[in-house]
Amino acid sequence: MAHESTYQPSNGFARWMDDRLPLMRLAHDSFIDFPTPKNLNYWYTFGGILTFCLVVQILTGIILAMHYTAHVDMAFSSVEKIMRDVNFGWLLRYVHSNGASMFFLAVYLHMFRGLYYGSYKAPREVLWILGVVIYLLMTATAFLGYLLPWGQMSLWGANVITSLFGAIPVVGESLQTWLVGGFAIGNATLNRFYSLHYLFPFMIAGVVLLHVWALHVPGNNNPAGVEVKDKQDTVPFHPYYTMKDGFALTLFAILFAYFVFFDPNVMGHAVNYVEANPLVTPSHIVPEWYLLPFYAILRAITFDVGPISAKLGGVIAMGGAIAVLFFVPWLDTSKVKSARYRPLYKQFFWIFVVICMILGWLGGQPAEGGYITAAQILTAAYFAFFLIALPVLGLIETPRPVPVSISDAVLSEKASHGDGSSGGGATPAGATASPDRNV
Amino acid sequence: MRQFSSKIAGAAVAAVLMFSGAGIAQAAGDVEHPHDMAWSWEGPFGTFDRASLQRGFQVYKEVCSACHSMKFVKYRNLGDDGGPGFSEPEVKAIAAQYQITDGPNDEGDMFERPGQPKDTFKAPFENEQIAKLANGGALPPDLSLMTKARDGGADYVYALLTGYDEAPADVVVGAGLNYNPYFPGHQIAMAQPLYPDSVEYADGTEASVEQMAKDVTTFLHWAAEPKLEARKSMGFMVVTFLVILAGLLYFVQRKIWSDQH
Repeated sequence: MAHESTYQPSNGFARWMDDRLPLMRLAHDSFIDFPTPKNLNYWYTFGGILTFCLVVQILTGIILAMHYTAHVDMAFSSVEKIMRDVNFGWLLRYVHSNGASMFFLAVYLHMFRGLYYGSYKAPREVLWILGVVIYLLMTATAFLGYLLPWGQMSLWGANVITSLFGAIPVVGESLQTWLVGGFAIGNATLNRFYSLHYLFPFMIAGVVLLHVWALHVPGNNNPAGVEVKDKQDTVPFHPYYTMKDGFALTLFAILFAYFVFFDPNVMGHAVNYVEANPLVTPSHIVPEWYLLPFYAILRAITFDVGPISAKLGGVIAMGGAIAVLFFVPWLDTSKVKSARYRPLYKQFFWIFVVICMILGWLGGQPAEGGYITAAQILTAAYFAFFLIALPVLGLIETPRPVPVSISDAVLSEKASHGDGSSGGGATPAGATASPDRNV
Repeated sequence: MRQFSSKIAGAAVAAVLMFSGAGIAQAAGDVEHPHDMAWSWEGPFGTFDRASLQRGFQVYKEVCSACHSMKFVKYRNLGDDGGPGFSEPEVKAIAAQYQITDGPNDEGDMFERPGQPKDTFKAPFENEQIAKLANGGALPPDLSLMTKARDGGADYVYALLTGYDEAPADVVVGAGLNYNPYFPGHQIAMAQPLYPDSVEYADGTEASVEQMAKDVTTFLHWAAEPKLEARKSMGFMVVTFLVILAGLLYFVQRKIWSDQH
C-alpha cells in the first residue's frame, strides 16, 4: 500500500533540498499524508506512546549518566546524590525508573492488541518480528539498568539471571565468568552493564525505525482486520491520528505523572534502598513486575528431563516463552485476522491474558508448594496457547462474516450502535460475502 | 460465549488459589503487620509538620545517633525548603556542636575542627568494625533511607519503635537480643530505644514513647525523601496542566473526526 507522494515543496530551499536529500518528502509522506485506516481505535495509540516512552528514557538517561558514578563504592551514593543535590535530580530519576514500568505497560498493551487483531499476519510478519526484537532488547536494557543503583535487589537479581548462563552445558560456567567479568558480580560487571545499558536504547531506536518502515510498507492493520481497498477506507495521518494519538498520549502521561509525583516507589522494592552487600542475601529475590511472568516460568521447571537438568530446563522454558513469539505469524492458521470475527479465538485470547497475569502474580510469590504447581500448570497453558490453540483454532473455527471493506465495517458499527469491541450482534449490511482470503 | 470465557477464567483463578493455599498461609508468616498510620505527608497535598520534624531531629540527635549514622544527610539540609526549617544561624550552631576530622593540612596532619553546614551528620563510629564491636556484633544500619528501605515504610518504623514487649512464655530470647513482634524473626539486637521522657521537648510537648516515635519517624521520612514537598506541589501543577490539555485535545480530535462519523 505504498502510496503516491503528495509532497509539494513550498519554497526554494525545500525544492533545492528535495532534489538532493528528500528528507522533508519522507517526513511528509510518513507522518502527514500517510493514508491510515479510518477505523483505528484507542488500542492503536500505543505505537506513538511507546515512541514517547523511548525518547523520555533516552533523554532522562543521558542526563542521569552525567551525574552517576559506575563504581561499586560510589554507585549507590551517587544515586542518592542525584536524589538530593542535583537540581531536579529526583525528578529525572523518578521519571526514568517509573518510565521503565510505563514503557513495559505500554508495550504489553501494544503486543496484546497485535495478538487480538491478528496484526502479525501476512503481509505484516516482518513488522511483528521486529517488534519482538524490540521487546527482547527492552528486557535486556531494563535488566542491565536495574544493576546500576547498586542496591540489594540490583545485585541479587543480576546474580540470579547471570547464573542462568551457567546452566548451559559445557561452556556455561566459562560463559558466565566471561559475561560477569569475574567469578562474582563486582566492579567489572557494573561497568559493562552500564556501558551496555547506554548502548542498547540506541539499538532499540534503530530497530524502531525499521519497525515503522515495515509498518509503512503494508500500512496499518485495523480492528476489522481487512485490508485497505480504496481512499474511502483511509484518512490522512495528520491531523486525524496525530490528534487522536496526542489525546491518548496525554491520558497516558497523566497516569505516568501520578506514579512519578505521588507514588514513585510503589513499583520498586524497598530492599533496593539498601546498598548492595554480597554477604547478605535478601529473603526474597524477585525481578521487576514486568519480568515476573517469565520468572514464574523459569522457576516452574523443578524436575530433570532426561539429560536436561531442572535449571537448564527452566532457562529453556523461559527463553522459549519469548522465542515462541517469533513464530506466531506461522502458528496461527486462521485466514481471518481480527478476533472480532473469530468467536473461539476471542475466548482463548482472553484466557491467555488471564494466564499471563496469574503467571505474573506467581512470579512474585516464593517458589514453594502450591505456587510451583500452579506455575507449572500455567506454563503448560502458556505454551498450549501458542503451540496448540493458535494452529488448531484456525482449522476448526467457523469465523463470522468479515466485512467487505473498512468503510463497510465503520457503517455497520454505526448501525449497531457503535459497540465496536464485540463486533456487535448485527450482521453487517451487505457483508455476508466471503472473508477476503487472498490478502 | 462471554459466560464461557468468564467461567474458564474463574476456574483458572480458583485452581491457582486452591493449589497455592498452603503457600499463602506459609508466606504470611507470623510477623506482626504494622498498623496503617495517618501521616501528614500522605496524599497528593501532603506536607511535613515542621514542629514534628524539629522534635524528631531532637530524638535522633539525643537517642538514635548514639549508634546510627545518617550518611546521606548534611547539616545544611536541616535548613532546606520542605525540611525541618531551622534558620541559618540555628543550622550553624547545630553543626558547630560536633568535632569533625578534616585534613590532611599542609603539614600532612589530620585535624579536628567544629562542624559546618556542609558536613554530613557525624557518624557515631569510625567504621563498621568498631560499630559492630560496640553493639554485640550487630551493625546498626544507616538511617538516611530507613523508611524507604523496609517493607511497610514509616508504619513499620513506628511499629518497631513502639512494639517492644515482654516475650511470650514459649519464646526463648537469645543473648543480647530483644523481643519485638514487628521485627522479622521477632528478635532484634537493638534494645528498646525510647522510654517516656527520654528527651525533653523544648516546645513543651509531652515526650511519650508514641509521640517520640511519631516525631522521629517523621524526621526519618523527611531524611529519606527530602524533596517530597517539592515533588507533590510540582505533581499537582503537572497533573492539572495535563488534565486541561487532555480536555482540549479531546474536543479538538472530536471536531476533526466529526466529518468522518
